[in-house]
Amino acid sequence: MKQVFKRPQSLKDVPFHFCPGCHHGTIHRLVAEAIDHFDLRERTIGVAGVGCSVFVYEYFDIDVAEAPHGRAPAVATGLKRVLRDRIIFTYQGDGDLASIGMSEIVHTANRGENITVIFVNNTVYGMTGGQMAPTTLLGQQTTTSPYGRDFLQDGYPIRMAEMLATLEGTSFSARVAVNTSANLMKAKKAVRRAFEMQTNDLGFSFVELLSSCPTNWGLNPIRANERVEKELIPYFPLGIFKERKGTDYL
Amino acid sequence: MEKRLFIKGNEALAQGAIKAGCRYYFGYPITPQNDIPEFLSKQLAKTEGCFIQAESEVASINMLLGASAAGARAMTSSSSPGISLMQEGISYLAGSELPAVIVNITRSGPGLGGISASQGDYFQATRGGGHGDYRTLVLAPHSVQEMHDLTLLAFDLADKYRNPVVILGDAVLGQMQETMIDRAYRPMELAPKDWTLTGAAGREPRMIKSLYLKEGEMERHNWKLFEKYQRMKEEEVRHEASLEEDARLMVVAFGTTARVSKTAIRLARAEGLRVGLFRPITLFPFPDQALLDLSQRVKRFLSIEMNTGQMVEDVKLSVARDADVYFYGHAPGSPPIPEELLEAIKKVY
Repeated sequence: MKQVFKRPQSLKDVPFHFCPGCHHGTIHRLVAEAIDHFDLRERTIGVAGVGCSVFVYEYFDIDVAEAPHGRAPAVATGLKRVLRDRIIFTYQGDGDLASIGMSEIVHTANRGENITVIFVNNTVYGMTGGQMAPTTLLGQQTTTSPYGRDFLQDGYPIRMAEMLATLEGTSFSARVAVNTSANLMKAKKAVRRAFEMQTNDLGFSFVELLSSCPTNWGLNPIRANERVEKELIPYFPLGIFKERKGTDYL
Repeated sequence: MEKRLFIKGNEALAQGAIKAGCRYYFGYPITPQNDIPEFLSKQLAKTEGCFIQAESEVASINMLLGASAAGARAMTSSSSPGISLMQEGISYLAGSELPAVIVNITRSGPGLGGISASQGDYFQATRGGGHGDYRTLVLAPHSVQEMHDLTLLAFDLADKYRNPVVILGDAVLGQMQETMIDRAYRPMELAPKDWTLTGAAGREPRMIKSLYLKEGEMERHNWKLFEKYQRMKEEEVRHEASLEEDARLMVVAFGTTARVSKTAIRLARAEGLRVGLFRPITLFPFPDQALLDLSQRVKRFLSIEMNTGQMVEDVKLSVARDADVYFYGHAPGSPPIPEELLEAIKKVY
């Protein structure tokens, strides 16, 4: 009998702690599958952001460094500059990357660091209890925007994938979702492509993955999944915003 | 073979870093330490390593964290306001037990302050500086020679203890030029780094972290760090004492202030005053035992600092109960002059 589905080798055999319906587990799996696909497990080093993403080291069967909040791209830069033949990726949430770590992500992209950034956007600070994030949608109620996000007070949700695509240093920037089978397949391809670019020394690759957060959205897993389609994707469109080819460097 | 160089303090330090095998530097411009990144941007490009001008001191210290996790000898340098920005990262380095060399060529504060020398960062350097119950080793050079030599030592100690080491210079030490003997570097014998992140090839994955959530874990980790600091206190205390044999009064001073104090003490001796100098070279661990021993015979100590009173607290904690401790502060803004310190010495002699 042929085995068609199993745990990726790059994931440890431990249960995830994530809440029911959270997309982190799925996204972990996509990253691990990409690492397995290119047979990179033994030369990949992950850098964990702060938030629900910090537990990368509990689940991935690879070397992992923990970065201070928002600083994962700087830590990854240090690692990569020393270990140029190793594969370095960061795994960061939206509070980590788009708020406190905005400076680090922009400048790391701008330097064209040959690393991969996995950006999980669920429009809230998950671990700290669902506070407003830079990606929180207008009108969205959170524990610190109890009357809904108001642009007069809080500004607008930031579209990171589009923003980073404007930088010369960025080689790959995409936004994907894992809420449907079709989107999941595209997400898998994008994550794989991001790692492939790094293995080919093509420079900075960035994948934003829209994620649900049923607990902090106050929705059950099914409704939360539906919200990704109905509310997140219209504001955060899916697609590849920039993709350099090897020939672009010739 | 020994070479004699006439060289600026900051450059002596940067040369020391390269000699010690540092191949990665991350930093952000700030006066009065820019000679260090300028020198290293030129020199590191000729090596397998690299120089990065980071977008901020916050990024610099975290790049340093990454390079250190990868097993490299790496450093950053800055001046007071920039070092404040690095405190988060220094706390993470200490918590994650990563070696790192952090150079503070101090300027005066608080706030934007000024670009002249200051010892106002003594508390920040010796008490950890960032959040949490940790310490960094703190080395205080007082000459261009020591800017060089203590940098060599800093890299060894960082690796020996897997702990950040701060070199606490100041604007005067960084900018002045004097003779330096370019000695050969004999590295300490150190255990191989069996903890670095290199990719889990043929071994169990490793992690470098400072998060401890499981029951009792955090406490155990803090006690482990404490034991390390105790070991530093036993093995790494360094100081220099001069003219203490017949001294009635000992001046306690470090860095540039010690330099000026030496001249003031010469002037005092010429007037027949029996004054000596006790100069801590490690500010953490502080040479408390040596001061205690000295205070069995010398009963007057004068702490002279370029601040309004910081190290004097450590001096008071160190000496015997029946020894008197005085303080003379030259507030940050400019270095003191010898005649001024001579007056201060006479006042408490």
